[in-house]
Amino acid sequence: MKILVAIKRVVDHNVRIRVRPDGTGVETSGVRMSMNPFCKHAVEAAVQLSEAGQGDEIVIVSIGPKAANDVILTALAMGAHRGILIETDAELETLAIAKLLAKVVAEESPDLVLLGKQAVDDDSNHVGQMLAALTNRPQATFASVIKLVGQSLEVTREVDSGTETVSIPLPAIVTADLRLNTPRNAALPMVMKARSKPLAVRPAAEFGVGLAPRLIIEKISPPAERMAGKTVGSTSELAAYIASEISQMEAL
Amino acid sequence: MSTLIIADHDLGVLSPATARVIHAVAELGPIEVLVLGQDTTAVAAEAAKLAGVTKVIVAHSAGTADGDVQVIETLAPRYTYLVQSAGSVGKDRMPRLAARLDLMPVTDIVGILGPTRFTRPIYAGNALQTVTDNQPQHILTIRASAFRAAAGGNDSPIEAIDVPVISAAKLIAQHRTESNTPDLATAQIVVGGGVALGYSENFKLIEQLAKKLGAAIGATRAAVDAGYAPNDWQVGQTGKIIAPDLYIAIGISGALQHLAGIQGAKKIVAINSDPEAPLVKLADVALIGDLFEIIPQLIAELEKAGVNR
Ligand SMILES: Cc1cc2nc3c(=O)[nH]c(=O)nc-3n(C[C@H](O)[C@H](O)[C@H](O)COP(=O)(O)OP(=O)(O)OC[C@H]3O[C@@H](n4cnc5c(N)ncnc54)[C@H](O)[C@@H]3O)c2cc1C
Ligand SMILES: Nc1ncnc2c1ncn2[C@@H]1O[C@H](COP(=O)(O)O)[C@@H](O)[C@H]1O
Repeated sequence: MKILVAIKRVVDHNVRIRVRPDGTGVETSGVRMSMNPFCKHAVEAAVQLSEAGQGDEIVIVSIGPKAANDVILTALAMGAHRGILIETDAELETLAIAKLLAKVVAEESPDLVLLGKQAVDDDSNHVGQMLAALTNRPQATFASVIKLVGQSLEVTREVDSGTETVSIPLPAIVTADLRLNTPRNAALPMVMKARSKPLAVRPAAEFGVGLAPRLIIEKISPPAERMAGKTVGSTSELAAYIASEISQMEAL
Repeated sequence: MSTLIIADHDLGVLSPATARVIHAVAELGPIEVLVLGQDTTAVAAEAAKLAGVTKVIVAHSAGTADGDVQVIETLAPRYTYLVQSAGSVGKDRMPRLAARLDLMPVTDIVGILGPTRFTRPIYAGNALQTVTDNQPQHILTIRASAFRAAAGGNDSPIEAIDVPVISAAKLIAQHRTESNTPDLATAQIVVGGGVALGYSENFKLIEQLAKKLGAAIGATRAAVDAGYAPNDWQVGQTGKIIAPDLYIAIGISGALQHLAGIQGAKKIVAINSDPEAPLVKLADVALIGDLFEIIPQLIAELEKAGVNR
């Protein structure tokens, strides 16, 4: 089974972001960047399938600026075999990302494409589902367990009512949730080895895909601030507060 | 200009999220509701009662994204807006539908500023985007927690349609969390527990308090990962987004990703042994101390105060 994993470079999830005062966006210069956490779980899933003898080549693809090389190197150090950077400095919409990835799928013909369920910058949760539509493949999103059964995958998905298990024939698209696995930290020798693995850099324009945005982002603003609260000294004071909140609520 | 809303439902019951989505988009034009699934008679009847609905369409589906999208796609040309709540089903289907129709969706909407202007959170709710969508059709998902519910009392017609679909995916099992607490995403009161509870038996403390208050139960990712609570109780960037009138957070530190799920809460109470925990700083009212002492006392005090919902 050949596996393609799409990964995104984003502002590190531990960074508390700042909205630019002029409303043009979120401050990203001088901010720590790293691989989107959900994508790490997708890479780990691919590596584990390979280690179990169920996966062959693992190809990593990332779309972004030159600096996105570093997240591809991280994935190669985790055990992937080859990388593709589709280079662009533009902030592309998820539909354009999915169209570029569909071109890569057409070129590479992977049996399985793994993605993260969402990117923690735009929080879209689109690309896997869109790629499945564009490549006319079945999808299993929000995966917490992936099992290869013959020529199909059995995927357990985390949904609002609990979990559900779907069977999808290969080739297929799966998006990873956080409980899928525990991503490894690559050991130093693997990090060194990653540098000698093939990494192709190709300009986004080369793919002949319409990349112009469909939506107009008018502005980015900070969320409303909450009023400062207080600390109470005893459980009975807290109970009185809760009781009064509830009676106000019921009066409405 | 008309709108098709895809209903959310589970176990033959219409989800409270759908009434909120209907109310949210009521200004955008006449609304038809699509109920997809099996044995949906009761769900369709519920949807037909909601104010603003002009028709309910019922179609059979096997509950997989590729199959459902085929049904919605055949109906799509009739509508300007195709809308579902931003629950796990809407998140799964709507981007797939959008790509089929070559449209860029606008998802997780928390504000509707006009027919083509919307606000949506990014960066776990630490920033808000104002978006204009000038495409010929609009694919939207709505955060139900950000809107009020449509009233009842309507009696709109129900029409069954038959759309043949070929789905490659098959649903083979479902595992539900048995619980008779209210729907987390739309509950008025939520009691949330963190990893500090220690082990799953202790989570019963949270359940006792929730029962007393008629509240839904939430949990942090750490508590779910540790196996103390089921995954569908998780609140936050990766879990459910809640906006109760009152959120009581117990033994929860208040990581960015958890706060992402509770920004819409009107009042927040924190119980934590650490006065420096971010959630304590953010709360309207905080009590510093050991939750294992505080919760039983609190239940007794609420009892004394005659609180029982
Ligand atoms: C991509 C990503 C997505 C994530 N999504 C989510 C999400 O959706 N939801 C979510 O919740 N998290 C999410 N997380 C995890 C998040 O970062 C935190 O790790 C998690 O919320 C912490 O859970 P906690 O508050 O239970 O645990 P901790 O941070 O360990 O906090 C425990 C708290 O309990 C207090 N405490 C300990 N003992 C007691 C006692 N006896 N009495 C009273 N208080 C006590 C401590 O002072 C502390 O404040 C995500 C992380 C990532 C990277
Ligand atoms: N620029 C990108 N390059 C590669 N993969 C991406 C990119 N953007 C999104 N993805 C993939 O799509 C997933 C979901 O992203 P999103 O739909 O933007 O929330 C991510 O976890 C990645 O796997």
